[in-house]
Amino acid sequence: MTKTTIDLPPKGGFSFDLCRRNAFLESQGTKMPKFRKTGTTIVGLIFKDGVILGADTRATEGEIVCDKNCEKIHYLAPNISCCGAGTAADTENVTDMVSSQLELHRYATGRDSRVVTALTMLKSHLFGYQGAVSAALVLGGVDVTGPHLHAVYPHGSTDTLPFATMGSGSLAAMAMFESRFKEGMTREEGIEVVCAAICAGIFNDLGSGSNVDLCVITKGGKEYLRNYQQPNPRSYTHSKGYHFTSGHTAILSSKIRALRNQVRVVEGDAMEEE
Amino acid sequence: MSMVFAPCLTETTAPTTHAQPAWSPYDNNGGTCVAIAGEDYCVIAADTRMSTGFSILIRNYSKIHQITEKSVLASSGFQADIRALQKNLDARHQIYQHQHNKQMSCPAMAQLLSNTLYYKRFFPYYAFNVLGGLDNEGRGCVYSYDAVGSYERSGYSSQGTGMQLIMPVLDNQLKSASPLVLPLQKSTTPLSEFEAVDLVKDTFASAAERDIYTGDAVEIVIINREGVRRELMDLKRD
Repeated sequence: MTKTTIDLPPKGGFSFDLCRRNAFLESQGTKMPKFRKTGTTIVGLIFKDGVILGADTRATEGEIVCDKNCEKIHYLAPNISCCGAGTAADTENVTDMVSSQLELHRYATGRDSRVVTALTMLKSHLFGYQGAVSAALVLGGVDVTGPHLHAVYPHGSTDTLPFATMGSGSLAAMAMFESRFKEGMTREEGIEVVCAAICAGIFNDLGSGSNVDLCVITKGGKEYLRNYQQPNPRSYTHSKGYHFTSGHTAILSSKIRALRNQVRVVEGDAMEEE
Repeated sequence: MSMVFAPCLTETTAPTTHAQPAWSPYDNNGGTCVAIAGEDYCVIAADTRMSTGFSILIRNYSKIHQITEKSVLASSGFQADIRALQKNLDARHQIYQHQHNKQMSCPAMAQLLSNTLYYKRFFPYYAFNVLGGLDNEGRGCVYSYDAVGSYERSGYSSQGTGMQLIMPVLDNQLKSASPLVLPLQKSTTPLSEFEAVDLVKDTFASAAERDIYTGDAVEIVIINREGVRRELMDLKRD
């Protein structure tokens, strides 16, 4: 009796079919494409009136800087933000996805989003992918129950803390926090400590650099301070411009083909402008 | 009775892959070196950052070493090996001076460096060198090396982690024309000493923007007929 196979529609979610093929190709010597990681310093702390999140702005591809001024503080809800470290595509997509889910949830419940809701959505998504989604996040916000700050790890575990750091520069930043943090700081004190922590990451960790981004969230609202500090201007510019003399690239042969025979100019009206 | 060797049924075994070594004798301390040769000068520059992994060890470490009156060696790579190489060359130069009652010329030192590197062909110095100086006629010369001693005299060179960012700019600004364009142009730079130093500063500033291992400061050494002069310029520290 011949066996007949039925093609089932894909169940959705991640398909691990190609993993075996990738492993085979790698063993044959094919080089896997590099991920763009945000070798990063991200921090968060709770102060008297709410939460302050901070991040550097360097994105690296291995040892080369691919973006000198990227945005690592993502929007989740009007009262919640999230800093992301790890693979840039993963942090972008997971925060966008949870942000959409939170908006739908707000319409369904008729209430402002709570930080623990975002937390649960993130952690269950990351746990489901068993660490394949490489996103390490610092989630912070203020809701009806007060200010909250959480650290979310790629495998799905979370920590609830008064101050948190993540990324390759987290040790440098944590050193600053451990020595300078105190409970109930004012906004100015909090901003100063966060900037010091991010700068520690920027100057001491090679994976972090460029500028400091901040996000201050209180009961009254959210303030996104993009490039709050720019401690790394370009050190030198050429005194005269560069000139490119012709002949540097040799023209070996040139062929000019007139298109007149192939393009017919036809009378007509110009395109309507919208 | 004849022996019949039955063909072995060869099983295709998976190629054994080398297990990842637990310990490596080498480390890369990063950094970039550049040298440009002119009609009567030579500019040698290197950044002063020494790093390991994602951390900075030293912000003001000199990668430039003057071996003879007329030749200066700039090396990036594993600084422990580089230090050992510099001491080795110094010792050999001292012996030469005792035996010949004069300093080694730059082309002679270039050959000596190549031989010293190849001597350790099977446990190389993890050093990417650029040797710059003045030759016997007083013209600038630059020699660039790979880790095992292959070298070539040229008008300019760069080595290290920022090499791929800097070399195309130097090729564009210094190479007089493509070798496919005839008549053939000579290799020394048409720039003046001031312009060459300016170009070096700008290329290092650009490399520091994009290479995480290049930064802190750039040390520039200029050799001309008056002697040796040093300049230090700050770079980004992030």
